[in-house]
Amino acid sequence: MSDHEYTPSSKFGKWFNDRLPLLTLGKHLTDYPTPKNLNYWWTFGGILTFCLITQIITGLVLAMHYIAHADLAFASVEHIMRDVNYGWLLRYVHANGASMFFLAVYIHIFRSLFYGSYKSPREIIWILGIIIYVLMMAAAFMGYVLPWGQMSFWGATVITNLFSAIPFVGESVVTWLWGGYSVDNPTLTRFFALHYLIPFLILGLVVLHIWALHVPGNNNPIGIDLQKPSKDTVPFHPYIVVKDLFALLLFMIVFAFFVFYSPNILGHADNYIEADPLVTPTHIVPEWYLLPFYAILRSVPDKLMGVIAMFAAIGVLAVLPWLDTSKIRSAVFRPLYRQFYWILVLDVLILGYVGAMPAEGLYLLVARVATAYYFAHFLIILPLLGKKERTLPLPLSLTEPVLGGSVAMSAAKHKSQKNNL
Amino acid sequence: MKKIKSIIFTFVLIFNSNLALSAEKIDLLKVDWSFNGLFGTFDRGSLQRGYQVYTEVCASCHSMKHLSYRNLAQEGGPEFSLEEAKAIAASFIVVDGPDEYGEMFERPGKLSDKFVNPYLNDNEAKSANGGAYPPDMSVLVKARGGGANYLYSVLNGYEEPPANIELDDGVYYNKYMYGNKIKMANPLDDGIVEYNDGTEATIDQMSKDVVTFLTWSAEPHLETRHRIGFKVIVYLIILSILVYFSMKRIWSRIEPKV
Repeated sequence: MSDHEYTPSSKFGKWFNDRLPLLTLGKHLTDYPTPKNLNYWWTFGGILTFCLITQIITGLVLAMHYIAHADLAFASVEHIMRDVNYGWLLRYVHANGASMFFLAVYIHIFRSLFYGSYKSPREIIWILGIIIYVLMMAAAFMGYVLPWGQMSFWGATVITNLFSAIPFVGESVVTWLWGGYSVDNPTLTRFFALHYLIPFLILGLVVLHIWALHVPGNNNPIGIDLQKPSKDTVPFHPYIVVKDLFALLLFMIVFAFFVFYSPNILGHADNYIEADPLVTPTHIVPEWYLLPFYAILRSVPDKLMGVIAMFAAIGVLAVLPWLDTSKIRSAVFRPLYRQFYWILVLDVLILGYVGAMPAEGLYLLVARVATAYYFAHFLIILPLLGKKERTLPLPLSLTEPVLGGSVAMSAAKHKSQKNNL
Repeated sequence: MKKIKSIIFTFVLIFNSNLALSAEKIDLLKVDWSFNGLFGTFDRGSLQRGYQVYTEVCASCHSMKHLSYRNLAQEGGPEFSLEEAKAIAASFIVVDGPDEYGEMFERPGKLSDKFVNPYLNDNEAKSANGGAYPPDMSVLVKARGGGANYLYSVLNGYEEPPANIELDDGVYYNKYMYGNKIKMANPLDDGIVEYNDGTEATIDQMSKDVVTFLTWSAEPHLETRHRIGFKVIVYLIILSILVYFSMKRIWSRIEPKV
């Protein structure tokens, strides 16, 4: 941040800025030099900010009408759906907003994986991102419990029971989490309190995430370090702002389609049955965005090892910057990594699919293979690949030619080669 | 790249065939509901008839505790007139109180009352129905995979059990019910209700009407949702086109293409 010498033009602005340099911050944000070759995969940061704000605002209003009590929660949600003005809209935006949030965050994470955005000097941005992601999962899980439907209740029972796998103190930990000897009213009220708290923790971490981003600046599709500011960069406003806005609007169209035309398609029908501790649903499944981890959990025969595997699946992401030994960031210049990248995408999709299926027979076998591959990708393939892979020559800048052609041309060449393979 | 594509393709094939295997359930009967689609709305006549079926047939066992009598006159619902809704409410006996002497008392229902429950509590409901709790019908359509088509199918799925299936007393065979066993006897029979508007009360007609009514009761703002949704999406599309051209214009200062 080299723009500390900014002086507001108005007298009041100067007076204010000398005391609290908000205008300097604003100036920094608008001028922030951004690589001009960012593609649409880079618009998801802005989209995620929109998702977070949407969840907080709709959640705030929902909390004004919701009652966190085991006997009243389900009815209060119905009250919101029927009698609160536009309550149905608020709730459907909030419920589908969670799915949209995860859709966007998965694209954001996989963009980072493809272009190596987690590598030096951006490790802290990445780790903050992983913490945000974990908090998102916690918030989403607890939010799903609040309507107190069958899936809420049994999902909460299954997930909290995972902690009983901890040796010696497991049972006590679970009792402590529940606030009793089963999932009941104390569980619901604490989940509500935490569900209200976590988004603000996320908001704080998002500020840090963006702050940490603004130190080295954005990575870009070519993955090389850029001179900032230079011919290769554009000021954030208006160039990136307008592009982010366009992408956000397209995202909102998809979002609106879910909210208005299939608001329940991403949820589970059983959650419209009020929680009943005496009736267990045939299949207990989490929301779609948690399915890959659920598949990993169930693919390990031992309960404790399953829980460890599930948490390790997230933990391995946190150390990814040190597992990937390649100095080249972008997969554009890593022909082999590119292939493994797509296999990983496929692997995670398969995990998600088998996570929704009963853990038996072929599904269980597929889940085990996919789980093993998931860990192999991060723990074996990536460390070796960085040492063995023959990477393509990097351009010096976005505008300077490399090997007798422009970046655009060489990128186009890669593309045509790729298609011919 | 080609290799990966073929791998993906193989997986898709495996999973599809698997899906087909695991989904041995019979396909549900499909109805072309008026409330489906971008502009779907409820058929008022069907909603009013559906209420009649609910109240004369289903309501003897199934509660609808999240609805109030005022909802029957609400826009986007059966749209009974206010007088009709008041008369419907008044035809039910509501227990109210305590009064100033501490006594509970009975009075005719009012618009603001919730639908009166057929049983005093869940346990009474269970014991009166052979241990099976007749589910509350307020959001039943949303609480079953398959939704409206599923309920319609169950209402039309009663048959004689196949020879290899033994049924206990009070258990009936239903083609579309999960596990094929249902504790509810076939509730509908031709002419079991007499429609005020002269529509012939066939099983098919009554099940369509009552499922339409139940879809409304589960989603009372469906019509508003469809109406607003269309406007929102059109608005977003127009705005994105405008922003797209603004973006082109702004980026043209430095780059020929974005």
